[in-house]
Amino acid sequence: MIDKIRDLDRRRAGALHSVGDRWRALPKWQRGLTFVAFVAFIYYLPLLGIPGLTWLRTDSISGGSNWAGVLFTCAVYVLVAIGLNVVIGLAGLLDLGYIGFFAIGAYAVALFGSVNSPVVKWFQAEFDLPPTWAVTWAICAFIALVMALISGVILGWPTLRLRGDYLAIVTLGFGEIIRIVARNMEGVTRGPQGISAIPGPEGPPSPDNQIFGLIDIKPWYWLAITVVLLMVFAVRRLENSRVGRSWLAIREDEDAAAVMGVYPFKFKLWAFAIGAALGGFAGFLFASRYAFIDPTQFNVNLSILFVAMVVVGGSGNMVGVSVGAVLLAYLPERFREIADYRWLAFGLAMVLVMILRPQGLIPSKRRARELKDRAAEAEEAPAHV
Amino acid sequence: MSDETNNPVAPKIPTQPVPAKNLLEIDDVTLRFGGVVALNGISFEIKEGEILGLIGPNGAGKTTCFNVMTGVYKPTSGAVRFRGERVTGRKPHQISRLGISRTFQNIRLFPEMSALENVMVGTDSRHKTSVPGALFRLYRVRPKEEELPQVTASGGIVRTWQQVRRGFAKTFGLSRHILEERAAEDKAMELLRFVGIADRANDEARNLPYGYQRRLEIARALGTEPKLLCLDEPAAGFNPAEKEELLGLIRRIRDKGVTVLLIEHDMRLVMGVTDRIVVLEFGSKIADGRPEEVSRDPRVIAAYLGEPADAA
Repeated sequence: MIDKIRDLDRRRAGALHSVGDRWRALPKWQRGLTFVAFVAFIYYLPLLGIPGLTWLRTDSISGGSNWAGVLFTCAVYVLVAIGLNVVIGLAGLLDLGYIGFFAIGAYAVALFGSVNSPVVKWFQAEFDLPPTWAVTWAICAFIALVMALISGVILGWPTLRLRGDYLAIVTLGFGEIIRIVARNMEGVTRGPQGISAIPGPEGPPSPDNQIFGLIDIKPWYWLAITVVLLMVFAVRRLENSRVGRSWLAIREDEDAAAVMGVYPFKFKLWAFAIGAALGGFAGFLFASRYAFIDPTQFNVNLSILFVAMVVVGGSGNMVGVSVGAVLLAYLPERFREIADYRWLAFGLAMVLVMILRPQGLIPSKRRARELKDRAAEAEEAPAHV
Repeated sequence: MSDETNNPVAPKIPTQPVPAKNLLEIDDVTLRFGGVVALNGISFEIKEGEILGLIGPNGAGKTTCFNVMTGVYKPTSGAVRFRGERVTGRKPHQISRLGISRTFQNIRLFPEMSALENVMVGTDSRHKTSVPGALFRLYRVRPKEEELPQVTASGGIVRTWQQVRRGFAKTFGLSRHILEERAAEDKAMELLRFVGIADRANDEARNLPYGYQRRLEIARALGTEPKLLCLDEPAAGFNPAEKEELLGLIRRIRDKGVTVLLIEHDMRLVMGVTDRIVVLEFGSKIADGRPEEVSRDPRVIAAYLGEPADAA
C-alpha cells in the first residue's frame, strides 16, 4: 500500500519537476505575462464569480464564512509562512515559537494604536494629550516591524549558539513566554480582557470608515496581498544573493560553511530577525483587521500550525510554503465537516508527509543559474583535469 | 594582535620579524581531549610556494592538525601563526579570510546546492554585500565601460528598454551587490573550469560523480582565494589514472602561487608531488625532510611503511 502511494507520489513529483523545468525554459516575456495574469487573478479572487469555480467560495456552503475574510486569513498565513520559511527552510533553524513574533506584532499595534490600551492612556496622561489621541496606524506598522525585528535579535543572540532540537525547545518556550506575559501583565496589556479598538488604515474602527471597515473585508485582503507580494519580492532578492547562499550553506553543513568564510552566527541572526519581522508584520495585519486581540489567540497550537504549513508545503520553496499556508487556512473553512477534526487532520497530514515526502509537497529546487552564453563553452571543457 | 599580549597560555617567543619565507608556523602545538593526547608538542613550518606532505598512520593526528590550523579545534597549548599573525583563537571564518582554506577527508559539500553555487559560497567570502545591500541595493558603484548593460537589439521596444537601462546604470551606477554577484559567478565558473568540471556547473552537488565531488571541494576551497590550501586525502578512492590527474592539478595549483599542504595515504602520490614531508605518529612528529630522506628514515619505515624491503 505504502509502496503504491510512494510510486504515485514519485510520478507526481516527476511531473511537477518537468512542469518547473518547462516553466523555466519559457522566454522571459512569457513568464512575465503569466505572472502578471496570475497576480491579477489573485486580486480578483474575492469577487470570484466564474461559473464552475464558484464552489471554491467558502460562502457557497450553508453557514460558510465570509469569503474575503477567509482569503484575508490565507494571505496573513502566507506572509507568516514566507517569514518562517526564511528561518526553517533557508537557514535550517527549527523555530517552534514563531507565534511569539506574531503576537509581538499584533500587540505592537494594539498597545500604541488603540485608545483603550494602558500604554496610550499613560502617554495621554503624561503629555496632556486629548483622550482620542493614539499613534497613527502607519507609524504602528513601523513600530510592529521594528519591535518584532528587535525581539528576533534578542531571542537569537543567546540561543543561536544552540543547534537542532535544543533551539526548537528554546523557541517553543519563547512563544509561550510571550503569551503568558501578555496574559499576566495586566497593567500593560489588560491581560485576558484583551485590547479593543485597534486602528486600521483609516483610524480606529467606526461605522464611518469608508474602505477598511468591519463588514467588507475585500480591502483588507487587497492590502494583505499587496504586502505579501512586496515581501515575496524582498525575500526573493535575498534568496538569490550572497545572503541566500550563506543560509543554504549553513543549513547544509554549518562547519564547512564556516571554514569557507561564512560567519554562521551573523547570517543565522539575520535569518531570525528577518523571519521575526515578517511574522510581526503578519500579526500587525491580523490585529488591525480584527480590531481586537487577547492572549488566547496566540496559543501554541497556532505555532505548530505555522510549522506545519512550511513542512507540508515544502520548506525552502516560497511557492511550496505559500501553497501549504493556503491549504491549511482554507480547507477547514470550505469543508466544514472536517473543521472539528482539523488538528487531527493536520497531524495526520504532517505524519504522512514525513513518511512519504519529507521534502514537502512542492520541494525546493534551486534556480539553475542562467549560463546560456557559457553553456557551449562548458560543454567543450574537458571532462578530465 | 591583542591575543598575543593577553593570552597567558601564549608561549614566550620574542616577537622577531618572521622571515617572509615561512607561510605558516605550527609552534609546539599540543591538543588534549580529556586524557587523550591528540597532538603532542608538534612544530613545523610551511614555506611559501612549496607542496608539503603530511603523512602518518591512521590516528596519527593529521586531520586533527588541519582542524587546529583552520580553527575548528583550539589547541590546549602552543600557537599557529600564519604570515606572522596568530591564528589560534580566531574563528574559522576569520582564518579563512586570512588565507587558509581546506578540503575535507569525508567530502562535505553543500549537497542541495549546484556545483557553481558551492564554489560561489567560497568566492563570497571576499565580498561585502549583506542583507541591506542585497535588499535595497543602495550602495552604488560607478561601473567600468564593459560592465554596463549592453544595447544589443536592433530596434523596437527592446532596444529602447536596453538603452534606458544603460542610461540608468551610467547615471546612478550599478549596485555593489550586482557587481559582486557577477564577479562571484565568473570566478566560480573559472575555477570549475580550472579543476575540469565546468560541464556540470548547474548540477546539484549530491548528483555529481565521486571524482567530481572531490574536485569540486578543491574548487570551492580555491574560491576563498587562499594563500595556503590544505588538502585532506584528496585522492582517497581514486584509481591510478585519476590520481595522475590529481597530481597535475596539485602542481597547477602550486604554479598559481598557492602553497599546498597535502595529507595523503598513497605513498607514491606523496613522494611524486611533494617538496617536503612531515611524518606524524601518535600525535608526535617523527620526521621532517625531503621525500627521499624521509622514505629512508628508519623510524618512518618502522612506523609507517612497514618492512624496509617494501619502502618506496
